[in-house]
Amino acid sequence: MAVMTYREALNLALREEMRRDPSVFVMGEEVGLYEGAYKVTQGLLKEFGPKRVVDTPIAESAFTGIGIGAAVLGLRPVVEMMTFNFALLALDQIVNSAAKMFYMSGGQYSVPIVIRGPGGPAAQLAAQHSQSMEVYFYHVPGLKVVRPTTPMDAKGLLKSAIRDDNPVIFIEAETLYPVKGEVPEDPDFVIPLGQAIVRREGTDVTVIAYMGMMYRAMEAADELAKEGISVELVDPRTLRPMDAETIIGSVRKTHRAVVVEAGAGFAGMGSEIAAFVTEHAFDDLDAPVERVTGANAPMPYARNLEKLKTPSKDKIAAAIRRVCNANGS
Amino acid sequence: MAKTMPERKGPSALGLDAELARRLLYTMLLIRRFEEKAAEAYTLGKVGGFLHLYIGQEAVAAGASSVLRADDYAISAYREHGHCLAKGADPRRVMAELFGRRDGLSKGKGGSMHLFDRSVNFLGGHAIVGSHLPLAAGAAFAIKYEGRDAVVVCYFGDGAVAQGEFHESLNIAALWKLPVIYLCENNRYAMGTSTDRALAQTEIWKFGQTYGIPSEKVDGMDVLAVRAVVGRAVARARQDKTPSLIEADTYRFRGHSMRDPAGAVYRTKEEVEREKQRDPIVMFRERVLTAGILTEADVRALEKDVNDRIDEAVAFADASPEPPDEWLFTDIYKED
Repeated sequence: MAVMTYREALNLALREEMRRDPSVFVMGEEVGLYEGAYKVTQGLLKEFGPKRVVDTPIAESAFTGIGIGAAVLGLRPVVEMMTFNFALLALDQIVNSAAKMFYMSGGQYSVPIVIRGPGGPAAQLAAQHSQSMEVYFYHVPGLKVVRPTTPMDAKGLLKSAIRDDNPVIFIEAETLYPVKGEVPEDPDFVIPLGQAIVRREGTDVTVIAYMGMMYRAMEAADELAKEGISVELVDPRTLRPMDAETIIGSVRKTHRAVVVEAGAGFAGMGSEIAAFVTEHAFDDLDAPVERVTGANAPMPYARNLEKLKTPSKDKIAAAIRRVCNANGS
Repeated sequence: MAKTMPERKGPSALGLDAELARRLLYTMLLIRRFEEKAAEAYTLGKVGGFLHLYIGQEAVAAGASSVLRADDYAISAYREHGHCLAKGADPRRVMAELFGRRDGLSKGKGGSMHLFDRSVNFLGGHAIVGSHLPLAAGAAFAIKYEGRDAVVVCYFGDGAVAQGEFHESLNIAALWKLPVIYLCENNRYAMGTSTDRALAQTEIWKFGQTYGIPSEKVDGMDVLAVRAVVGRAVARARQDKTPSLIEADTYRFRGHSMRDPAGAVYRTKEEVEREKQRDPIVMFRERVLTAGILTEADVRALEKDVNDRIDEAVAFADASPEPPDEWLFTDIYKED
């Protein structure tokens, strides 16, 4: 184990996979000479050269499509979105080309591509650069969607994503890049896609959260422990395919569930998790599933309004108290 | 701008021998007959959804494919039956795909607009206008990355030229020197919108000059002219990875799709009749007969052969079962 930042963990994952497999290459805006807008690709151009670290013009649709075309022929592109907000320009390529090619071709052409970059709320970047993007992708059959919360997950999941034979949407977070944590240095260390993790064991309520919301939920859980409420924290890590089994298993144990998400709540991840918990564990529930979501508004710039947009620790704690005080049984 | 080769007598003047003449005529006839039968099957309710026929444009696919190797790639949009057949796909499996049957190229899951055939390097069948132009560049990128000398031919219509992806792809293909030939089939109408209503520059080949790549216009009704122009582009791409833009001046004799059977709202009957005088099959047949490369008997034999093969394709598609219910959920993810 080594202690490193989330950013360094991603960088290490890229290096290890590029060393391991010559068909892996990195492509995107400013990934080479500039070493990445957020420095995730720092040093890669020096180690692997311009053939495998490819700077592109600002043309998201084209370079995503080029990645997909290259993947169809058997390469393993890692396409960086400088921020995931820009992926909307490539949404047609991701949804109509990458996600469906294997199906439309009757299993002849798979698309082993990773599309990665930061997404989610970020400090005062306003409406177009600070938003949760996963919702646009996890609806689509054929895509896998990963949101890694810790440096260890960032490394282990990115390596799995690169080795996966399917298109993987891998959304990091600007706010998490400097976060430090323990990361295995073993180049064979991977975390399989589709496996949730219980980050904290508890008995009274299951809180499902990921990325920045997981860190806030941890703070809320610390606070509530002092009040005698034991919170179990479950991080799905992969949103599609979702590890419903781990989530439901936890709910069956605690009989209460709160889902936290940064994005606007309408038709969000919380809706989906609440639905399947209700479908599969209704009889185990002592209270309705609570959702704590971002406000149903675009991201404002002003600091005070921005604070209101995303769920706070207090909001999360309040929801947990509400669920625990409900008399279900 | 490449002009149609001058009409001269004698086999050597046309630069083709009987074998090549037979092959080109056969491919064009095969596509024509396939499309006629597909239209018939559509009216019988055996083919559903959208059906876009290639009738009138056969010289482009036949001419271009005739200079490709088996390890070269082709990719197209939704009017792609001809491109897929010309690259070597089995007409039986193409027809079965149109019929939505389990023996179709894509197991019946793709349909008319999503033909893929890995066995002949046919990369699809993409039905969002312009979206396959970056994919073609990506395939060319992979070829170059792997140090191979294969090339990619990307067929698209004049309708894609107004899309951003056309310009993004040409820019990057030129910038990175990717071995891709962008072959625009200008049939003058994007669905019902004529090029002069959609494009500020209707001389499509000129966009290639903007991006600094070799660009030419060719008579898309002349299979030999197409063969010559694409042949030069393929040689450039193979030798030094230079991409090209080719505009083939062509015309679709039928409507945009079977839901626009006559294609009569946005173009005149006189125009359609005039263009039919340029029928690529009639013209080529005439030329090879006049030049004495093939005989009437040769041509009749080819026609019979093609008719038999397409009849067989229809019978094969008819006999193929529907895909089983459980295939709804297969081929969504590739598992190892």
